[in-house]
Amino acid sequence: MDEAVENSRSTDALAASDAVEIIGLHKWFGDFHVLVDINLRVARGERIVICGPSGSGKSTLIRCVNALETYQRGEVIVDGVLLTHDLKRVDEIRREVGMVFQQFNLFPHLTVMENCTLAPIHVRKMPRKEAEAVAMHYLTRVRIPEQAQKYPAQLSGGQQQRVAIARALCMNPKIMMFDEPTSSLDPEMVKEVLDTMVALALDGMTMLVVTHEMGFARQVADRVVFMDEGQIIEINEPEAFFSAPQHERTRAFLGQILAR
Amino acid sequence: MAQETRPKPVSIAYVRTAPPAQVAPPMTAHGPLRWIKENLFSSWFNGLLTLLVIALLLWIVPPLLRFLVIDAVWSGADRTACLPSQEHPEVGACWAFVREWFSFFIYGPYPVDERWRVDLFFVLLAFGTGWMLWLNAPRRDLGALFFFVALPILTVLLLRGFPLLGLPIVDTTKWGGLFVTLIVAAVGIVVSLPIGVLLALGRRSDMPAVKLVSTLFIEFVRGVPLITVLFMASVMLPLFVPPALSPDKLVRALIGIALFSSAYMAEVVRAGLQSIPKGQYEAAQALGLGYWRTLALVVLPQALTVTIPNIVNSFIALFKDTTLVFIVGIFDFLRTIEIARIDPRWATPVTSFTGYAFAALFYFVACHLMSRYARGIERRRSAAERR
Repeated sequence: MDEAVENSRSTDALAASDAVEIIGLHKWFGDFHVLVDINLRVARGERIVICGPSGSGKSTLIRCVNALETYQRGEVIVDGVLLTHDLKRVDEIRREVGMVFQQFNLFPHLTVMENCTLAPIHVRKMPRKEAEAVAMHYLTRVRIPEQAQKYPAQLSGGQQQRVAIARALCMNPKIMMFDEPTSSLDPEMVKEVLDTMVALALDGMTMLVVTHEMGFARQVADRVVFMDEGQIIEINEPEAFFSAPQHERTRAFLGQILAR
Repeated sequence: MAQETRPKPVSIAYVRTAPPAQVAPPMTAHGPLRWIKENLFSSWFNGLLTLLVIALLLWIVPPLLRFLVIDAVWSGADRTACLPSQEHPEVGACWAFVREWFSFFIYGPYPVDERWRVDLFFVLLAFGTGWMLWLNAPRRDLGALFFFVALPILTVLLLRGFPLLGLPIVDTTKWGGLFVTLIVAAVGIVVSLPIGVLLALGRRSDMPAVKLVSTLFIEFVRGVPLITVLFMASVMLPLFVPPALSPDKLVRALIGIALFSSAYMAEVVRAGLQSIPKGQYEAAQALGLGYWRTLALVVLPQALTVTIPNIVNSFIALFKDTTLVFIVGIFDFLRTIEIARIDPRWATPVTSFTGYAFAALFYFVACHLMSRYARGIERRRSAAERR
């Protein structure tokens, strides 16, 4: 890598750089080529929705951004920091990137409040009182402050997912990633989670969202990325993406998903 | 045409106009007879089992009761009290023998004038254990400090002696009885859990060297009997360290017990670790908690909770296994009974039975208390999950 570029990344001048930069990314699971030459830049404040048939590598792609998956070739630069195998750097990046999972993955042995304060207290070294105030702030924002003392198992799926969003926000991340956040919810709970995400988007959070909710994509996405078989097939603004998809595979996919 | 042959459905669509009335649950008959019929004689097979169990109880309980209580001799100065005589043709348990030897069972050959030190140790141990086991106790962090740091040091100073404080040295060859059993069990339990956790983590580690060493250790120790481990610790350990540093006989046995129970604990904990879904690790890592914090704050609290029944099961097995230390010359509780029961002053046909009955009673009570405590914890946990 060019030394000048390396240096400039560590300076404040690059505060205006891209939030996420993915350059020539390849990943294999054994012999299976899951991600093929992915190039994607996410600007600060940009909302990107990634869609595509299952097994197309969408989740794997965003999991590469916070190093839940390793990759074999290419570069991932998050918030100006090049993601390497250096564990210290990995943790540094994970602190700045919030993630919401399909299965919520709340910690069942902790209350909602404790779920939200765990990382701020132990990673950010925030005093407990302050962490609880922050947690209450975000729980209020996702509209479940009254559930703070309950355990995850006592909440509905939609409530659990909103807690998961609040838990990620408590770390005050610069980027939020969502991995099919509504796919394991009952239909009547999808809306409450999507509303929370829309509110977050309106606040200017940088978001990378893997989802099949095309309504959400239309409403908040700056760009929609369509993936198939480990490749990015098409990137476009939602208006153009939905009204005039360029690639024939995109058209086939949209035809199937919008017909439902 | 087909339409006319079919009967017309009464209504296809339906809309509720009034909410249904909330009705109390139906009254079922109560009472003991009903309970007996439902639970003991619900089918011919269940009824047969009930009768068999009643027969078994009738066969076992009365003779046992007669031996242990009704025909038992409660006081007496020597063997004559426990021999069959005109007034007592049938002699039960000779509790008089246990009474006379009782302090030997507790203290072994520990010098009589110094036995208050053992009593103080019992008090400290009970205090520390109570603090740890009472989950809502105040300042459990201090309790842990007391139990894991202060108590071991105090125990050594107190029981072995500290001449500067006027406590003469009592060599471990003079230790024996119940308090040695408690020390061996407590050391085994307290040491095996942390080492077992580390071994379990090592066995699941990504680092091949750590994984290999942990696996080899666990498989080797689990593959040999406890007696072998005790012999090795007792005989082979002195070969590896200079004679001046050669640990005390009791310490060697403690090391053997701790190693043995650690290997078993490792497998118990590993099962618990495997029950934690991958998503928990990922969620913790995505928040920036590193490897050790993920383990300490997210994975272990859950893994240890689900394994509590198995952990206590191991502790109970370990508690009983401590009786094997007599093989390397340690005077544990059972050994003191072995010695007392051949005392010619108390030579009667029932002395041995009485001694063993007393030992069985002691081990049963101790193990039963452990299992009751574990059940209480489990109930508390499941209640917490249902909250």
